[in-house]
Amino acid sequence: MKTGKSTREAFGLALAKVGQEYADIVVLDGDVHNSTRTEHFAKKFPQRFFNVGIAESNLVGAAAGMASSGKRAWLASFAAFVMCNAYDQLRMSVAFPCLDVKVVGTHAGISIGEDGPSQMGIEDVGLACSLPNFTVVVPADEPSMEQAVQALARTKTPAYLRAGRPNVPIIYENGFTFKIGKANQVREGKDLTIVANGLMVAPALEAADQLASQGVQARVLDMHTVKPLDDAAVLAAARETGRIVVAEEHLLHGGLGSAVAMSAARQHPVPMRFVGVNDTFAESGTPEGLLAKYGLTAADILREAQELVGKRK
Amino acid sequence: MSADRIDLGALLTTARAIRKHIITSTTTAGSGHPTSSLSAVEILTALYFGGILRHDPKNPTWPQRDRFILSKGHAAPVLYATLAEAGYFPRDLLPTLRKLGSPLEGHPNMRRLPGVEASTGSLGQGLSLGVGHALATRLDGYDSRVYVLLGDGEIEEGQVWEAAMSAHKYQLSNLVVIVDQNGYQQTGPTAEVLDMKPLAPKWESFGWFAQEVDGHDMAKVLETFDKAAQSKDRPSVIVARTVKGYPIQHLLTSDPNHHGKPLTADEATRALQEIEK
Repeated sequence: MKTGKSTREAFGLALAKVGQEYADIVVLDGDVHNSTRTEHFAKKFPQRFFNVGIAESNLVGAAAGMASSGKRAWLASFAAFVMCNAYDQLRMSVAFPCLDVKVVGTHAGISIGEDGPSQMGIEDVGLACSLPNFTVVVPADEPSMEQAVQALARTKTPAYLRAGRPNVPIIYENGFTFKIGKANQVREGKDLTIVANGLMVAPALEAADQLASQGVQARVLDMHTVKPLDDAAVLAAARETGRIVVAEEHLLHGGLGSAVAMSAARQHPVPMRFVGVNDTFAESGTPEGLLAKYGLTAADILREAQELVGKRK
Repeated sequence: MSADRIDLGALLTTARAIRKHIITSTTTAGSGHPTSSLSAVEILTALYFGGILRHDPKNPTWPQRDRFILSKGHAAPVLYATLAEAGYFPRDLLPTLRKLGSPLEGHPNMRRLPGVEASTGSLGQGLSLGVGHALATRLDGYDSRVYVLLGDGEIEEGQVWEAAMSAHKYQLSNLVVIVDQNGYQQTGPTAEVLDMKPLAPKWESFGWFAQEVDGHDMAKVLETFDKAAQSKDRPSVIVARTVKGYPIQHLLTSDPNHHGKPLTADEATRALQEIEK
């Protein structure tokens, strides 16, 4: 797989593009536009860009006020800061009145590297999923992030969009369809299913390659939308492959794994395994070193998959 | 718009009607915040009936309207009574306050009731919403004004000051804050819990045009609103000195604060008589 842009850069470029299409899009910033890449929008549309300073509560509230007055409001900050610092504002000023505010959390996961755990959003997806009326989207690569921004720009309800810091492999090199709430099957298989999103889709495909060389055919689903979850894809995976491994760059509690497990438990329970950050904070280090130390590599997915397949009767 | 063209007698009659609704609806509900509502009656009456707020009860989402945001959401009864008197919905909805199925929830829900501009109740969030409205209407080229009512306890929330700073940055002269300085918060006097005085200089130091007024003197309240509207490059704040439970606070002898509880049937009867005097 060839390496593409980071999902934050893809987000920033896509936002500047949809800003052209929708004159009522406004963008709010908590003084991190060069990190979140809303700077691309700011340069093109300075009159519709508002840097309210290092003040996430007001960032969210002001966006909600603009949405109440009919704007399509987008705001971006680090995932950890906007979700954790301004959670009550997201709950009360955005989710409860169901306003058109798109919340973008960049620098999600542990792959931000050296800046360390204070900057790592590892609970953001769980928090976002706990906000009624919110759609939650975690794109895997540059092309799907661009599609996600375009799709979300068309909606008039709140959403959380997760983006990462490092450059990531391109999953979708050729044409593909991106639909909110619909998983993309990026590899067919009948022996088990690996459900992943964000940064973990590429290692899921790698693990599937290695499984194939051992005679195990793994289906891989890019579950870019965590809420509303594609229950039909989970049911098909459970019925047709009988085992599910979920991989995410997030705490195991409350993220994609929890959502897929609930969906499977409701519809067609099957043995499952989970790859994610296991109830701990990470530390400073290189992205690669951190992903290896905290168990978020293709080898970790492979190990869990092999265990599941070994349990087959 | 100007205070001297307003029929003060009619305004005082409306204020009395609103006060009676506040007491009756909360006593009927058996819960709620009547005293926190009573301190803000002249402020809302002046806004909605004194020619200050440009609004249309028949067209509550009219884009060029002025906005009123009740940030101290627990004072919902004064907002509901005012909106009913203004004709946003029938007065006979008022006795359904806080009952299952009623759009008159314990704290305002903008999705359920016409005229309610913001869902509030978690303190400290309304001014940021006001900043957003003020930015958006300015972007649209409208001359709409945005009024936000804060409690004097509420301004202990840090978000209020984040919002105040951003309003200054964007020179939101179309934004007016009223602080209902009734001197009490949930567990006691604001001066004891967390003293924020002096309020007007604090706002001034954040770049705002500040005025103080007796919040129960209707003519003076109207005058300060007129002056606030003349601010050209700064947001305005009006610190309204009020009395929690005005004018029936002396009936509540057990507790001058009387926060978050309705009047008993007996207290309510005496309060309604007092208001009619």
